[in-house]
Amino acid sequence: MSEEPIRLQGRAENVLRLALPIVLLALGVVVWEFIVHLKGIPPYVLPAPSLVFATLVSDWPILSESLVVTLVTTLEGFVLALIGGVGLALLFNLSRLVEYSLYPYAVILQVTPVVAIAPLLLIYLPQQAAVLACAWIVAFFPVLANTTLGLNSVDHNLVDLFRLYGASRTQVLWRLKLPSALPYILGGLKIAGGLSLIGAVVAEIAAGAAGAGSGLAYRISESGYRLNIPRMFAALVLLSVVGILIYFALSFLSHLMLRRWHESAVSREA
Amino acid sequence: MSATVATDCAVSLRAVGKSYANGVVALDRLDLDVRPGEFVSLLGPSGCGKSTALRIIAGLSEPTSGEVIWPRPDAPASEREIGFVFQEPTLMPWTTVAGNVRLPLDLQRIDAATAASRVGAALARVGLADFADVYPRELSGGMKMRVSIARALVTESMLLLMDEPFAALDEITRFKLNDDLLSLWESLRKTVVFVTHSVFESVYLSSRIVVMTPRPGRVFTELAIDAPYPRDQRFRTSAEYGVLCRRASEALAAAAEAKPDPRP
Repeated sequence: MSEEPIRLQGRAENVLRLALPIVLLALGVVVWEFIVHLKGIPPYVLPAPSLVFATLVSDWPILSESLVVTLVTTLEGFVLALIGGVGLALLFNLSRLVEYSLYPYAVILQVTPVVAIAPLLLIYLPQQAAVLACAWIVAFFPVLANTTLGLNSVDHNLVDLFRLYGASRTQVLWRLKLPSALPYILGGLKIAGGLSLIGAVVAEIAAGAAGAGSGLAYRISESGYRLNIPRMFAALVLLSVVGILIYFALSFLSHLMLRRWHESAVSREA
Repeated sequence: MSATVATDCAVSLRAVGKSYANGVVALDRLDLDVRPGEFVSLLGPSGCGKSTALRIIAGLSEPTSGEVIWPRPDAPASEREIGFVFQEPTLMPWTTVAGNVRLPLDLQRIDAATAASRVGAALARVGLADFADVYPRELSGGMKMRVSIARALVTESMLLLMDEPFAALDEITRFKLNDDLLSLWESLRKTVVFVTHSVFESVYLSSRIVVMTPRPGRVFTELAIDAPYPRDQRFRTSAEYGVLCRRASEALAAAAEAKPDPRP
């Protein structure tokens, strides 16, 4: 057994993990508020947190509408990334030829900055489709790469065992490969969740510059032109909250699916 | 050696050779008759191809030359039911003990009720009846190996192939599993082919030991272990056991020194 570093008792540690970032945030907000008032900084340079909150409340009708638009795009991009990433990985796993032919292009799509692709996509696709395509392009690769790794990490003895008992290809896929790859797929999805939000935002900003769109990122660039800095901050806060919620939702899903058996999700007794 | 079909054998290897693409010759003209109901051990140093021989019997590896002869040669490979126990427990971590043991039945699409009763019986045989709903990670090494054995028993196949199953276990657990394996073998009357590099284990368990030479693997000699079953602690501490172990050790040492067969 390896020596564990001295740890705080479980519950106390959990409280600290939650409390410390919140305390730090509160402290930062208070200092920010204090400095803005003390120095008399005008709101078009730096709005106080209280003003940002007030704007969030007063502009809620506009902001909530944009929030829904961005959320829907992000979720659609995420689901497509899940289907595309896992689907392509399975296809690659079935056929080396397909893998060799397509994998380089998947990498190229990944390494080309999406900011540079977005304006082009906006020329050729309807705006909503272009935004969705951007979300998908940035989000599918981690799912693809992780699923591929997962499918290749199947225990060789288990593969032999399945062969010995005459398992069909479908049985090997459903009963062996996908369950083995599940922790990897979930890891890829955790990354993809955040990335699909980023992709959606990037495309909205590009689309906004072209004069269309109504998502949160569009609100940010629009408010920027109008020097409505408090609303910029309010929209930014909403975007961060969405990102955090996506991350926690996916972490929770991953925990639910792995808690009974996977080392990453099982709590250890000291 | 003529290629006569020994129909009274559970399985026979005739002049089986196996060489790999990198030039390593794992097996060279290996002849082996496994008789129904016997407990035969393949004893040899690491890398003598004994695991390869087992994999060839199981159909997991194709021989480069020679043949594997089954009593009913016309039966398709899938019907030659074999229980295989790997060196590692090789359990699926995402499902319970019962789920793991049920795997061979699930793959053969056996109905749930029959499967459940056979899984229950197999788990009871290895003393894990109370652990059906536990996940493998919660089990000790010895218990995982018991699950693996239960899975090999659940198909009720007559031939059980075991590839150094207890090599990674501590001695106390190993002795206990040796005893339990012997009583299973005696009550179920299965044919066991057991690969090991432990002289003591092979003498304790086997009715016959086949000593193999390393690189390339061939049969060096055979030892009949005539000591009566059931064997227990008394046998393990008897003078007879000591003598048999010494003989097996000497055969193993001689096999390690043996020159490759000069036959063309």
